[in-house]
Amino acid sequence: MIKDQDFLKAKAVYCLDVAKKIGASDASVTIGHSISETVNFRNKNLDESNRSDGLAFSIDTYIGKKKSSISSSNLLNENLDILIEKCYETTKITPDDEFNSLPDKNLLADKLKDLNIYDNTHIDNDKKIHYLKELENIASEDKKIINTESSFTEKKTNFILANSDGFCSGYKTSSFTTSCVAVAKDENSMERDYEYSSKRYLDDIKDPQALGKLASDQTIRKLSPKKIGSEKLSVIFDKRIAKGMLSAFASAISSSAIARGTSFLKDKINEQIFSNSINIIDKPDIIKGLGSKNFDSEGVKSETLNLVQEGVLKNYFVDSYNGKKLNLQSNGRSGGSTNLYFENGKQSYDELLKTNSKCIYITETIGHGSNLVTGDYSVGATGFLVEDGEFKYPINEITIAGNFKDMFKNIFLANDLDFEYSTNSPTMMIEGMTVAGK
Amino acid sequence: MSNFFNKSDLARKDAENIVSNTLKNCDDGELYLEDSKSESIVLDDNKIKSSNYSSDLGFGFRAVSDQVVAYSYSNEISKDSLKSSSENLQSTLKSVKGTYNNEIPKTNKKFYSDINPIEQKSLNSKIEVLNKVNDYLRKKDGSVKQVTANFLGEHKSVEIIRSGGEAITDVRPLIRFNVSVMLEKNGRKETGVYGIGGRQSYDNYLQNDNWKSVCEEAFRIASVNLDSKPAPAGEMKVVLGPGWPAILIHEAIGHGLEGDFNRKKTSAFHNLMGQKVASEGVTIVDDGTIDNRRGSLTIDDEGTPTERTVLIENGILKNFMQDRLNARLMNTRSTGSGRRENYRHVVLPRMRNTMMLSGNQTQDEMIKSVDKGIFAVSFGGGQVDITSGKFVFNCTEAYEIINGKIGSPIKGATLIGDGPSILKEVSMVGNDMMLDPGIGTCGKAGQGVPVGVAQPSILIDKMTVGGTKL
Repeated sequence: MIKDQDFLKAKAVYCLDVAKKIGASDASVTIGHSISETVNFRNKNLDESNRSDGLAFSIDTYIGKKKSSISSSNLLNENLDILIEKCYETTKITPDDEFNSLPDKNLLADKLKDLNIYDNTHIDNDKKIHYLKELENIASEDKKIINTESSFTEKKTNFILANSDGFCSGYKTSSFTTSCVAVAKDENSMERDYEYSSKRYLDDIKDPQALGKLASDQTIRKLSPKKIGSEKLSVIFDKRIAKGMLSAFASAISSSAIARGTSFLKDKINEQIFSNSINIIDKPDIIKGLGSKNFDSEGVKSETLNLVQEGVLKNYFVDSYNGKKLNLQSNGRSGGSTNLYFENGKQSYDELLKTNSKCIYITETIGHGSNLVTGDYSVGATGFLVEDGEFKYPINEITIAGNFKDMFKNIFLANDLDFEYSTNSPTMMIEGMTVAGK
Repeated sequence: MSNFFNKSDLARKDAENIVSNTLKNCDDGELYLEDSKSESIVLDDNKIKSSNYSSDLGFGFRAVSDQVVAYSYSNEISKDSLKSSSENLQSTLKSVKGTYNNEIPKTNKKFYSDINPIEQKSLNSKIEVLNKVNDYLRKKDGSVKQVTANFLGEHKSVEIIRSGGEAITDVRPLIRFNVSVMLEKNGRKETGVYGIGGRQSYDNYLQNDNWKSVCEEAFRIASVNLDSKPAPAGEMKVVLGPGWPAILIHEAIGHGLEGDFNRKKTSAFHNLMGQKVASEGVTIVDDGTIDNRRGSLTIDDEGTPTERTVLIENGILKNFMQDRLNARLMNTRSTGSGRRENYRHVVLPRMRNTMMLSGNQTQDEMIKSVDKGIFAVSFGGGQVDITSGKFVFNCTEAYEIINGKIGSPIKGATLIGDGPSILKEVSMVGNDMMLDPGIGTCGKAGQGVPVGVAQPSILIDKMTVGGTKL
């Protein structure tokens, strides 16, 4: 059973009391508990079961403008006493930093909305096994599929965040995640692909047949890929890849990167960084949203942010520390984005595919090729060659490269947005990227 | 060495009994106990940005029957907690009829000492070094706009209790020291990163003001990149420098030779044992036994002593890297490659220090032989698709080669290749094998473990460079 709020609150209050008693001027503590159960299947047989049950504690202690932190998984009071004392002693010898402080009291979340992010349903392992059997039966139907691995994870968490200014709040969350990775083989190649479904509520996850079929189809269509020549082309990013552009954007507008001067988007507020058809929103209160939250990791209330309006950058993601450095108020984004998305574009998916007589459609990228200081981007890619809106053949062992500053201005979006992940994009096309192959 | 039972209501004898009873009819399994302390001290933007300490204690209990693994962990070492884990394992493995293999090889060698690096250097003196790094770099050149430096230290005690009560222990120190510098000149910004580390005390790595050479190297890489031109796009010859660029070997070859992917036949290498997978002259080993190296281990996380495993000898595929489970199912022996990030994770076959051994050519000969290509000196991270064999890595310092001469530096670009065929494209192997400076972390199935790499300079005849210049 997941620990209840009273247990976590009592621990948090205990930690704050100890910290105050030994001399900390301020303190902030997080106590969390999570339980997860996973069942893995391989080729229609049970492969692994995994149960985890973990408590976590972390505390920041302040002495004026000095700050230090400690974390542990051992919540016995005698251990907490020792660690908080150690944290306090470390704080004493840590140099002052004028920007260290608890968040402004008037920004703290007061009322919690019910975001429907906790489903109390428990699905026992036998039922998980039943789901995975059905899934793998479909996924392995085609003879070209030589291996399937699937998994079902149920996770419940609860936490309390409390600080010495009187903030004390937390809530439960749940997630149910199922996935399938398939391997297909023909005389020319062996390929792997996947599909997954992750939801707050058990009833919302994809049905096993649909998920298994998608994993299988997506893998088989990658067989016998070709390598294409090097040229400038329009690149279409499948939704599951397109959201990566938003993640790079989110990192580049984090107040820490801005304050340190290590982002290519520094000093770009109120400047046109995308074409004027682009709007980007971060909305923390989507019902059942995978990124939904009432407050950030400091307790600051999170509200909807219009980050980009008609292509113009309007906001950074600001936390308390970097906000003070930049003379900006925290907007409740310590820890980053919530539910981040591009608004829909005007064209349909088919129209986007037909925009150019020749383009490539990317379903997977590999490598860590985003440089957020310079904006340079270069990653390995696999996908398909598309001519006149039709998928011609699979391609691999190519790279796609450009610079975010140019790429952002050349983004075109389809109107097929949905909320499968915490960060979501419609299908995306970027014109004029360099494709390197043969 | 931690005593896991002195502050618990769980006596060692009770634990041994629960383990033996739970694993009675299983093929394998163990109780893994871990006590780890870690610290991170970061200087950033002219200030000590954070000083964190973490203490983590827990156990992972594993039961294996045929190919099925049941695993349960908890961070509470108590009688109740171990019993409920035992019940959880038994509920997964409803009807088991295996034979537990009590044999496990022994070792009395140790590849690092029992020190606790965190306690061996005072926080004050660590802060002092970080401040010196900041002052040194900012005074060095007006173009220095940002400096980040950090110490990471870890002290981990592990104990493995097998069915029958056999206990195997290890104490593992690990440190890392990193410097990152950002320069700005004529409106361009570039960063350079360098780090050192291994399984000794901080001061072993910081002797003779060695922090200065780490600063110099980070600064040098950033300066080179300030003058970089767009990288070329397309297939060409690539010369790799010695040392850290061996992450190419790690990604292209190493992962594909891990036992689990080959047992499942999902690796592009699974049917190539005994066959020629590399040019003659290419020998690759995975070695857990080098003193004090980041990827070295006295025993792996199943208790098996590590070894030097020959993966490819003179171009021929000789061995996969194995943990106990995959070794048993493939009728071979564990190579001491069973590793886990911590007690929260199951064991997987993993790399330790992966090295391509020296040949007899010089880097000079390689550069002179190239009409058009690139010379890659340092890399960021890499990644591989085990099944298709395609792998990438990102250059952080590279130059163009024109008519046998090193030309301008080029911007960071991704290189992409095909694992099973790339080593056949190796046409020269240098005589200058070098170990990396001790900074690698390998990710697999969500678990990060410290690893090392090494290689001499090599010439690859054909690889795709992912630049922007056609």
